[in-house]
Amino acid sequence: MRLRLTEEEAAFREEMRVFFTTEIPEDIREKVRTGRHLEKDDFVRSMQVMNQAGIAVPNWPVEWGGQDWTPLQKHLWHEELQLACVPPPLAFNAGMIGPVIAHFGSQEMKERFLPATRNLDIWWCQGFSEPNAGSDLASLTTRAERDGDDWVVNGQKTWTTLGQHADWIFCLCRTNPEVKKQAGISMLLFPMDTPGVTLRPIKMIDGGYEVNEVFFDNVRVPGENLVGEVDQGWTQAKFLLGNERVGVAPVGATKRALATAKEHAVQLGALGDPLLAARFVELENELLALELTALRVVANSTDGKPHPASSVLKLRGTELQQAVTELLVDLAGPFSLSSGSQTVPEWAAHAVPTYLNFRKASIYGGSNEVQRTIIAGTILGL
Amino acid sequence: MDFELDDEQQALRDAVRGLLKVYDPATNSERRREVTATDPGYDEDLWGRMAEMGLLGLPFAEDDGGMGAGPVEVALVAEEIGRVLAPEPYVAAVVLASGLVAELGSDEQRAEVLGGVASGERLLTFASGEVAEPVIQGARADTIVWEVGGQVFLVDRPEGVTGYRTHDGGRAALLEFDRSRAIALGAGGFVDPVLRKVRARAQIAACHEAVGAMEAALALTTSYLTTRQQFGVTLNRFQALTFRAADMYTDLELTRSIVTWATLVAADGDEDALGDAAARAKLQTIRAARRIGQEAIQLHGGIGVTDEYSVGHFTSRLTALSHWLGDAREQLSTLSAGLTRYGVLDPLD
Repeated sequence: MRLRLTEEEAAFREEMRVFFTTEIPEDIREKVRTGRHLEKDDFVRSMQVMNQAGIAVPNWPVEWGGQDWTPLQKHLWHEELQLACVPPPLAFNAGMIGPVIAHFGSQEMKERFLPATRNLDIWWCQGFSEPNAGSDLASLTTRAERDGDDWVVNGQKTWTTLGQHADWIFCLCRTNPEVKKQAGISMLLFPMDTPGVTLRPIKMIDGGYEVNEVFFDNVRVPGENLVGEVDQGWTQAKFLLGNERVGVAPVGATKRALATAKEHAVQLGALGDPLLAARFVELENELLALELTALRVVANSTDGKPHPASSVLKLRGTELQQAVTELLVDLAGPFSLSSGSQTVPEWAAHAVPTYLNFRKASIYGGSNEVQRTIIAGTILGL
Repeated sequence: MDFELDDEQQALRDAVRGLLKVYDPATNSERRREVTATDPGYDEDLWGRMAEMGLLGLPFAEDDGGMGAGPVEVALVAEEIGRVLAPEPYVAAVVLASGLVAELGSDEQRAEVLGGVASGERLLTFASGEVAEPVIQGARADTIVWEVGGQVFLVDRPEGVTGYRTHDGGRAALLEFDRSRAIALGAGGFVDPVLRKVRARAQIAACHEAVGAMEAALALTTSYLTTRQQFGVTLNRFQALTFRAADMYTDLELTRSIVTWATLVAADGDEDALGDAAARAKLQTIRAARRIGQEAIQLHGGIGVTDEYSVGHFTSRLTALSHWLGDAREQLSTLSAGLTRYGVLDPLD
């Protein structure tokens, strides 16, 4: 057992800290710090700075721009990025389709897409959920039918996050309705401006636009845009969702949000209230326990298999993320009602919209009920 | 950063587990009940075998008759004790009371007292104040390590003390120190920093005992859910129950992480960081112990509230550990006082 980072690990952490706090444009980091809306260009600039330094997609295979880092180094990279208020590399590119193409795609497909994907020259969106296929994703009904060498896609996706910015979509389609539902799914890639694709933004409870409905009406997709083999889509989706759960515990960002909340409490002169102070202590402590669990997981998953405790990270991580948004609402008190005001502090005006927005965290990435099912089933044998 | 036991530590854990197997409810549901039914509430023969294995001198220097091991080894012994609810007063006697002798005693005191502790011949316990209660094993201990006004003394157990059984099957007593013959430990004087340090180590060891107990309580519960039938199916078919078991697991793993980290802080020797680390481990343990203890009973149903079945005894012990060596209010108070000294809490700094 060992508490400290090795000298090399500490130096690596410092290198990441310096990079993120000096190379990523300050205007972008300030937006993240204050919880302001990020434009498409903010994500692109930030990710391209990282890609130029070779650290936008460390989890990818080295030959496609990844890094031969230890799990702990990847963890430190991710934590320092969040602590420095850097927007994470676009999840749809870096965490989802990139690794899927690198693992399942043909050499031609890799060469065509991976360099542009890690540089965010292509903005990807995720065509997975449908109105009647949420947690039960394998029930999806969007269908792709053969027409010569092409596929013709009809159906509808929903909850397509940031689809309004997207150039391409990776889309799960039913290619064989005759077999067990998991066995008849394939993954197709196509541009969002293909004739027959219609995007309808969904206004969210915080007043913003993040997710969309996407409709497909006889969308023609060339056969070469199928990832891997026909009917292999479920395997690819599970591979993708497995990657999604790693790093979904937003420890660094939540720590930063909690430290910021503490600054507000000090400025309000509220921290002398023992009830409020106790609430900070309890949250900091649970977050520490979560961070240490994340470290336990990364320090002991060198053989590539995730540590069993990894499944608690998403569950408790999002609960704590939400708890901090609640704390900020309560700190703002009556000013939390002044969400349209120009005179109350910006954080107080943002508090409730952020709180409402982050109810999503326990729903996406495998809802927390799905996580409990996984823990009960695969870990506890229930 | 590395949270895994090395080979030697694993061998020690296996040996301790083997020794304490007599209390495992799965192999012998009666042994613990027999032992805790009569004074002194623990098995003195087993205590002797723990001495032979070197466990009672584990954290003391080899020159003092000990094994020269560290907090990690102490932690894994405590965890094994918790796993089977062994009633032997390990943390109170070896980590807390004897820990003060190891830190403060003169060469002669250490050689004499710790030698006796390590061989199992002398039982120590700790008491604070002129009237002290509850003193763990206060009616049985041979020597009391007595703190009064920030100074620490060795005192023989007062005459005529009557102990009582505690709700968790242990033994405690009220001790009154009235014209007792007290010998200062070492040079004497005010030793608050040492008291805080040794208390923090004992808090962390007690947390490990609780982690062992929580793990066992969860294992009992999941085993019950997969065997007990109602409505023609085993209970694990009911999501209302399995989700609660999943939350117990989450609590357990987070607690294990923070408690193990606190042990590594202790092993690292950073005395400035030790007090807060112990308070953090204790707070998390207390919160998890209450939830896991209550849920373990609830998921068992009525059998969980009986004396006959073991799971309620885990909840009793977890409650005892939560209120011994500082309850949640004390930890909240300690940690609240330091809130503005840092922005982001960083365990790697």
